[in-house]
Amino acid sequence: MRILCLVKRVPAPGARINITEDEQYVDDKNLGHAISPHEECGVEAAVQLIEAHGGEATVMSMGGADSEEQLRAAVSVGMAKMVLVPTDGSPKDPQETAAALTQAINDLEAAEGAFDLVIFGNESADQGGFQVGIRVAHALGRPMVNGIKGLSLEDAPEGHIIARREVDAGFEVYELPMPACVGVKEGINLPRYPTMKGRLASKKAELGTMEAAAEAGGQSQVRLKSPPEKVSETVILGNGPEAAPAVVDVLEELGVL
Amino acid sequence: MTVLVVAEHDRGHLPEATLEALTSARSIAGGLGVPVHAAVMGEGADLTFAKLGEYGAEAIHHLTSENLGDYSPEAWGQALAGAVASASPSVVMASGTDRGNELMAQLAARADLPFVANCVDVAPDVTSMTRSQWGGALHEEASLAADVKLISMAPHTVESSPAAAAGAVSEMAVDVDASLTRTAIKDRVVLSEGITLSTAPVVVSGGRAVGSEEAFAPLEELAAELGGKVGCSRAVTNNGWRPHSDQVGQTGTRIAPTIYIASGISGATQHWVGAMGSKNILAINTDPEANMVTKANWAVLGDLHEVIPAITEEVRKRKG
Repeated sequence: MRILCLVKRVPAPGARINITEDEQYVDDKNLGHAISPHEECGVEAAVQLIEAHGGEATVMSMGGADSEEQLRAAVSVGMAKMVLVPTDGSPKDPQETAAALTQAINDLEAAEGAFDLVIFGNESADQGGFQVGIRVAHALGRPMVNGIKGLSLEDAPEGHIIARREVDAGFEVYELPMPACVGVKEGINLPRYPTMKGRLASKKAELGTMEAAAEAGGQSQVRLKSPPEKVSETVILGNGPEAAPAVVDVLEELGVL
Repeated sequence: MTVLVVAEHDRGHLPEATLEALTSARSIAGGLGVPVHAAVMGEGADLTFAKLGEYGAEAIHHLTSENLGDYSPEAWGQALAGAVASASPSVVMASGTDRGNELMAQLAARADLPFVANCVDVAPDVTSMTRSQWGGALHEEASLAADVKLISMAPHTVESSPAAAAGAVSEMAVDVDASLTRTAIKDRVVLSEGITLSTAPVVVSGGRAVGSEEAFAPLEELAAELGGKVGCSRAVTNNGWRPHSDQVGQTGTRIAPTIYIASGISGATQHWVGAMGSKNILAINTDPEANMVTKANWAVLGDLHEVIPAITEEVRKRKG
């Protein structure tokens, strides 16, 4: 099968987030960068499907020239090809991003053949618009379900893929006719680390480029700001196990006991 | 002109999130001087009518088509696009849950409108808003230019409160392509009955300091005594000690318990945004400077391996 994974370069999640002076960007000068976590799992999901069923996977990223780092990271864990949809690196709104990606995917498919499956992340770790994959899938006319934490071809009817979405009490099961699109979530798998061979392959891999541009949509970023800090006067209940009675007093007060 | 709330439900069960969306919708509609309407569809829609009225829907549009059944993002999204075209609301909104955001995005794609996800504050004219980035660790001031304004509210932005309205139900026939049932739920796998991580009144979490899969047993015991659930940090799931479904955080579950007991968790941003909906926080940590300790209501300084069993013992003693 042929799979396309969409990934976004983001400042490595987990660190404290500072804002640049112009209030337009996350200040990343002291941060490393990574593939947005859901999408990193999307890459792993594609590699696992290819390992089990054969075929080839391509990774695509829209962003500034430095997104090449994340494309090569994806190749190092098993993507066969990589494509950059170059931008000036400034944040794009979801409509613009989706329109440009749709154009790039159409052009790539015209040149190299259609994909059976296009894997997005559920949402990007940074802007978190929760919509780009859904807009692209709609423009491509393909079925799309977001929030996927399981993908499998086993037990699926010919030409379909089974997608599982985690809900509170378990899973919802979807059976999508391919070509299909999915938005995956972290937890669908544990992404592998690159092997030495993978690292070498990623260094040699050729960077493909797809020019695509679109009009800005109706949502614009005005500025970024830090949310109000939760200020808490922490009451220290004690040290070590001797604090247990004071803890249980609190639990009783809250009525959870 | 109305504020139309997309009533997310599962076979007639309205989640708290939909009630929050109605509560937020009332203040937005109040600012615009227009009524709140709700749109609901699919299997079990009729079971939601009474509650939608109770929480402020003046009118309830029951969208009907032979191709609307159990949840299908594409079919429900197309139905919503039809409803928006005929009802001409000025604002359409949902709660920023998995389904809420998915439906709004499906609607936005079909209606070719912008959609601003996970707002935490909305200006009275709905042309500017503050929204969540990084799962709530960063805020963005955004502007929105559109004839119909599509937004979702970040979960737990408001506490739901009832405010009875007429709740007049009318059927609205909509066109839904039969082909779009391709994304309908085919089956469900139920793994746990009863309370879940996102609904538990007590969550007992452990971080890297717990040390191993087996060392979570005392946390399980305490959670069981308190009728709660066990959660964990991303480091724990990355080590394979707990399933990802137990992860509290930006890329895991958002929790909102009465009390969150966070043990051996430093409180990195990625974790904090999943935990910040908790009504109270008790941190157990050896480091008094840990983020989780400074953000907690209460803290115990010490080794979780000693503190947790002591709490469990004390709980049992008081229960007799």
